[in-house]
Amino acid sequence: MKLETHAWPGSYGEEAKPRVGFFTDTSICIGCKACEVACKEWNHVPASSDGFTGHSYDNTSALDADTWRHVAFIEQRKEVGLDGAGGSLVQSATLDELIDQAGLGTYQEGDGMRWLMASDVCKHCTHAACLDVCPTGALFRTEFGTVVVQPDVCNGCGYCVPACPFGVLDRREDDGRVWKCTLCYDRLKDDKEPACAKACPTNSIQFGELGDLRDRAEARVQALVQAGAEQAQLYLHDSDDGVGGAGAFFLLLDEPEVYGLPPDPVDATRDIGTTWKAVGVAAGGLGVALAAAVFGGRR
Amino acid sequence: MSDSGAGAPAAGGRRSATGDEGAARDSYYGKPILKEPVWTPEIPWYFFLGGLGGASGGLAYLSELRGSEVLARRAWLIALAALGVSPVLLISDLGRPERFLHMLRMFKVTSPMSVGSWVLAGSGTTTGLAALHAMTGRLGSLARVARPAAAALGLPLATYTGALLSQTAVPVWHEARRELPALFAAGAAASAGAAATAMTPVEHAGPARRLALVGAVAELALVGAMDRRLGELGQPYHEGAGGSFSQAARGLTATGAMLLGARAQRSRAAAVLGGGMMLAGALCERWSVFKAGFQSARDPSYTVAPQRRRIAAARTRANAAAAAATGRKP
Repeated sequence: MKLETHAWPGSYGEEAKPRVGFFTDTSICIGCKACEVACKEWNHVPASSDGFTGHSYDNTSALDADTWRHVAFIEQRKEVGLDGAGGSLVQSATLDELIDQAGLGTYQEGDGMRWLMASDVCKHCTHAACLDVCPTGALFRTEFGTVVVQPDVCNGCGYCVPACPFGVLDRREDDGRVWKCTLCYDRLKDDKEPACAKACPTNSIQFGELGDLRDRAEARVQALVQAGAEQAQLYLHDSDDGVGGAGAFFLLLDEPEVYGLPPDPVDATRDIGTTWKAVGVAAGGLGVALAAAVFGGRR
Repeated sequence: MSDSGAGAPAAGGRRSATGDEGAARDSYYGKPILKEPVWTPEIPWYFFLGGLGGASGGLAYLSELRGSEVLARRAWLIALAALGVSPVLLISDLGRPERFLHMLRMFKVTSPMSVGSWVLAGSGTTTGLAALHAMTGRLGSLARVARPAAAALGLPLATYTGALLSQTAVPVWHEARRELPALFAAGAAASAGAAATAMTPVEHAGPARRLALVGAVAELALVGAMDRRLGELGQPYHEGAGGSFSQAARGLTATGAMLLGARAQRSRAAAVLGGGMMLAGALCERWSVFKAGFQSARDPSYTVAPQRRRIAAARTRANAAAAAATGRKP
């Protein structure tokens, strides 16, 4: 398991702290939004309102400059329990067991509705595109291995906004700067866990050292799959994925895109060599064209 | 509980293929996965002017070397005008314009915007000195260094903007990373040639005309190459604002180039009209790329579909490798 990033722990030397993160186990999320509220309260994030969206209980819609935790609500028709199992007693017994014993609180009995809830957050990627493209150095890697924007440095160029493969970063309209989850950098320095994890009543949001969290997540997903939740999967836990694994990773009960997450995100910096080579060829070509145009004719 | 997700449109207006009711299977209520850029209209204008100014500096310097003083003076003026406006555009796009100097806090090769800020700072300064020398004859010793430097820095200035766009998660930009810098270089050549052709008496404008025509042909060819590379991801170049600008760009560039090629050797009016159309074409080309990025970021299916294909391809490869390892035919 590889946790190192480009700047952590190397550039911190003795001052480096263990890399920390979130394991968000969506199978026990109850959609209470305590994380959203706690985050706003602690970080003084301005109020934001889209009104009522009509998208289940989700009225914050997406992560943005004023929403650093976002709870997604997905309603699906799914065969669950006796009614939905099409008369197969074996299948319905398995599903009931799943509900009762595996703690899969998101299954609703009765009318065959499955209700998925998931608290999304900045992923604090191992290979963070936002940090790589930031021209001012406002985005930096902390001693905890997290990714934070320095508000006193950010000049609102907006490059990180389309660079993030998850669409996390966003510019605050009236402020002009980019804002996102800091993984409660101030609380970490005080040996306190982030506000969202502290407020989560079901421990769906688990904070800790990233290595421990990955071990815990591995055990949890195996238990769920054994209990019959075939689609249960870990997301962004793998150091070999396109962002080198994330500091905030998830256990999902369906494919990532169902939750509004990209199934195979990639840090664009992986291709920076190709890109600069293309610039070199293009600049060279332009030089040749200029020389040919000026010297290649009689007048 | 009501089935409130059933009315949500699937990505790109398509219905989910898996037959699940409720939320669409391939997106979260059809919402974008990526954020659209927050960049303002100043940015495509800068792409156009930075390219124009960068290539004009090279045209001016080489024309001087060739002894074409009349053309060189005008090209330096064009470069100065374009690069004089460029920083103003970029600063006004910032969320915190008063912090524009933070762009020069560090130099990062992973950030084309950082590299570009330094290139623009150097290119703008040297072009200013060179143009001042061309107009007044002063600053001779400084200009001896500044003129070749302005010409050389103009080359990355005209092309790094392609890298700036391709180093994002926006599919229509990132997947065109091999073509965008060249496309912008071609547009820069076309516009620098066109502007100088329009501003220079016809008997002195030969190099500018040739540059304009080479640029136009390359620009049209590279639009085609980019379209083939992108495949269905390139749909934003065929619909909405991205499509309209793309169509206008091709029409204006081709018509302007034909007019310029056929008549501009004899008629200054044709040079001005053809050159003007080509400049408008190069500007529309930048706008089409800019707008296509927004469309590409907005529709989650552009984000999900290629990633799903990548996952499937990786699985196929892994299965084949496993089969080969156990000695069976895949």
